[in-house]
Amino acid sequence: MANESGLEFEKDLVELEKRIEELKQFTDHREMNMGGELKQMEERAQNLRENIYSRLTPWQIVQLSRHPKRPHTLDYIREIFDNFKEMHGDRAFIDDRALVGGATWLNGKPVVVIGTQKGKDTKENIACNFGLPLPEGYRKALRLMKFAEKFQIPVVTFVDTSGAYPGLEGEERGVAEAIARNLREMSSLRTPIIVVVIGEGGSGGALGIGVGDQVLMLSNAMYTVITPEGCAAILWKDRAEAPRASEILKITAPHLKKLGVIDEIIEEPLGGAHREPALMIERVRERLSEHIQRLSKVPIKKLLDQRYQKYRGIGFLTEIAATETSGQSPTAPQAPADESTDTPAPPTSADAEN
Amino acid sequence: MDWFRKPKYMTVRVKKEKKAGIPENLVTRCPSCAEIIFNKEIAAALKTCPKCNHHFQMSAWERLRLLADNGVFIEQTSGKIQAGDPLEFPGYADKLAKGRKKTKLQDAILAGICAIDGTKTALAITDFGFMGGSMGAVMGEEIARLIERAIVDRLPVVIVSASGGGARMQEGIISLMQMAKTSAALSRLDEAKLLYISVLTDPTGGGVTASFAMLGDLIIAEPNALIMFAGPRVIEQTIRQHLPKRFQRAEFLLEHGMLDMIVQRQQLRETLGQLLRISSS
Ligand SMILES: [Zn+2]
Repeated sequence: MANESGLEFEKDLVELEKRIEELKQFTDHREMNMGGELKQMEERAQNLRENIYSRLTPWQIVQLSRHPKRPHTLDYIREIFDNFKEMHGDRAFIDDRALVGGATWLNGKPVVVIGTQKGKDTKENIACNFGLPLPEGYRKALRLMKFAEKFQIPVVTFVDTSGAYPGLEGEERGVAEAIARNLREMSSLRTPIIVVVIGEGGSGGALGIGVGDQVLMLSNAMYTVITPEGCAAILWKDRAEAPRASEILKITAPHLKKLGVIDEIIEEPLGGAHREPALMIERVRERLSEHIQRLSKVPIKKLLDQRYQKYRGIGFLTEIAATETSGQSPTAPQAPADESTDTPAPPTSADAEN
Repeated sequence: MDWFRKPKYMTVRVKKEKKAGIPENLVTRCPSCAEIIFNKEIAAALKTCPKCNHHFQMSAWERLRLLADNGVFIEQTSGKIQAGDPLEFPGYADKLAKGRKKTKLQDAILAGICAIDGTKTALAITDFGFMGGSMGAVMGEEIARLIERAIVDRLPVVIVSASGGGARMQEGIISLMQMAKTSAALSRLDEAKLLYISVLTDPTGGGVTASFAMLGDLIIAEPNALIMFAGPRVIEQTIRQHLPKRFQRAEFLLEHGMLDMIVQRQQLRETLGQLLRISSS
């Protein structure tokens, strides 16, 4: 995937940028005047940049959303907030390093922050288990949210994970229960919740800290029910078909906004958040400040009603007009005949899974 | 689309029709003990194996006949709400049509009001035969409506899951959000101090397990039911872990503290009846 020469589709640009940098150093060193050529090259680079990044395909966005050099949760927490006090552990089993959180301050007011943490390199990734939380991560998150509720402190969550850790330990210790409980508790937590999808929003593992009053999403982030690789494996038995699957799944911010799943898109700097992390973080900070201030003024009952109605309304259905007959309707569907003589299907792979 | 319109209810009397005997379907080989058994015997044992107690999967209609007193059930929407196709997902329309034909349901769920062993209950049943029992917007809507109805009428809620498919891939992110929707509705049920019993049957997985299925005040499973978050294949492929025998089966979950009890199908209606009376007394 991403290496020193960038992602596959930005290779030419990265190559050109490298040459510009070399030329700059060379001319500085020799006090030569190469201004004209340099200017030309820089113009070409800018054109190339606009060309590539203004029409990204869903698959290119998937790659950007997973870019290891992107700012991650702890970068946002440390840069946006003051005096971060990290809190550890679920009080039952372990401290999950894939999901971090604690108390901090923004504009002098306390905030509880929570987020899934990915690493920039292999060493960091091993330390945080590649951002794949265990049940204890979700339980720690819930503990911190309950702490926030007790003092009516707003909660900010950063979502960046390809999903909950899919392994023996998670299943044994009830990862499904941990996520389900968070969904229920977050839907009625008596304090504002703001969610920012900063990179990868992977299925239930993302939603487990992703229910809130305001869901923000970076323009090159993704949010999906199943990874494009997983979808491709089901559809075409080939994970390499992931680019095709990413076109179908509608996982990019504009689609999700149209469907009412997210509330706002935060534009990334040209080329992605990793190219200008300071600018990206500043933009997120500005939006968080405004939403925290606004949501803190909404009476709690109204806030909870709005939160409930938001999720209640997300659907895509057709409703056939009900007939006016009541009670025993002549159009009532007949229950099918007893099918117990059919050979029951074994529990093989489902049509859709995740 | 008007999602909040007061639903109209209709009564369905679940008929027990005699099916003409088809010669080639007279017997079934039990996948558990490999015995050849007469289908009549399996049916008489409520779709369990009389030799080894293997619990065969049940369709939603069969489950309803098992649980609803006198087979009387007031269906909530009678198929009046149907899945959209938000992603225009290839092949989805065909899969829906096939599921409808196979299960005689509009989607992978049946929801309404009935009495279970004498207690009036809001009951939903998901059907594995309809796209793996997966949850899309219709299932989310049916469950949310049922719970809201239960809150108004002060009824306990029972949801029987047979949803190995989890969140329905074909509706993309909309399916994922049904996890939040159903869980939010259950939060309100909880605040209203009404009982919710979740019954997990073979198989239940993914986004269904990680939402309403694991949120019961009480959680019951049928013997040997596969109950999972990530499927065993996914775990083996991504983490390359060796998985223990009986992994993700009901007995495994009971041992690990995830279930209240495992109940034989023969005792399910009676057990539910007793538990439902706790809250109504
Ligand atoms: Zn058997």
